[in-house]
Amino acid sequence: MESLLQNFDLVIVLVLAILGYTVGSLAEKRHYRSIIKREKELLKMAVVTAEGSFPPGKVGSSALVSGSVVISIDYFKRLLAILRNIFGGRVKSYESLVDRARREAILRMKESARKQGANMIINMRLETATIGRSANKRKSVGSVEAIAYGTAIVMNKG
Amino acid sequence: MIMTNVNTVPGKKIVEHFGIVQGSTVRAKHIGRDFMAGLKNLVGGELKGYTELLQDSREEAMKRMEEQARQMGANAVVNIRFATSSVAQGAAELFAYGTAVRVE
Repeated sequence: MESLLQNFDLVIVLVLAILGYTVGSLAEKRHYRSIIKREKELLKMAVVTAEGSFPPGKVGSSALVSGSVVISIDYFKRLLAILRNIFGGRVKSYESLVDRARREAILRMKESARKQGANMIINMRLETATIGRSANKRKSVGSVEAIAYGTAIVMNKG
Repeated sequence: MIMTNVNTVPGKKIVEHFGIVQGSTVRAKHIGRDFMAGLKNLVGGELKGYTELLQDSREEAMKRMEEQARQMGANAVVNIRFATSSVAQGAAELFAYGTAVRVE
């Protein structure tokens, strides 16, 4: 009876892992495709981490813009990361998670700057935080939040 | 109110300085959203509920900071920084701070 219960647990884990693997990797591929496509579209919007200085009369207006996203990892990758903790080394599944989150946040910031008619964004800063139910549970990074913010500059014509 | 995260307002001159202003807010999402986020955790992907929550609270924190700056008689806040921390399960603290100035 006890072994049956144990097997039942195992089956649930296996089903969740397979579900997480198929749906999660599909979603990740789709997300990367959309990120690359939008990055190409927004290539003209210059983003720099420097403050820059402008000659007087050049800048029309400036405003703070920001973009943020919360992305979580799928069950299969979480299992992989737990296994990886035993041997150490690169945790690739988390690398792609934070990479996606940061690029998505930057894209959203650029999109909101474009809506305001800005020409460029200066002094861009990135921040990462963990949030939600996994934030306080042990040290697990289940979901990650990325914020990108900067100052959008609208240049005067001519 | 002009908000920037650089040392000055580009193209304008700072004429008066009022010191630090700050705004913060602690928000939680209702159980339904937390439950949905838990389900979404299985397959991964964006947790829209949390993204929305954070965006709303960041705007609220900015609004409070702006209000404080306005009371001081400032017309711009420069050098804005954000910070996020989770104080309780499912609750997030959003914090914004900057320097209130008057520009011309």
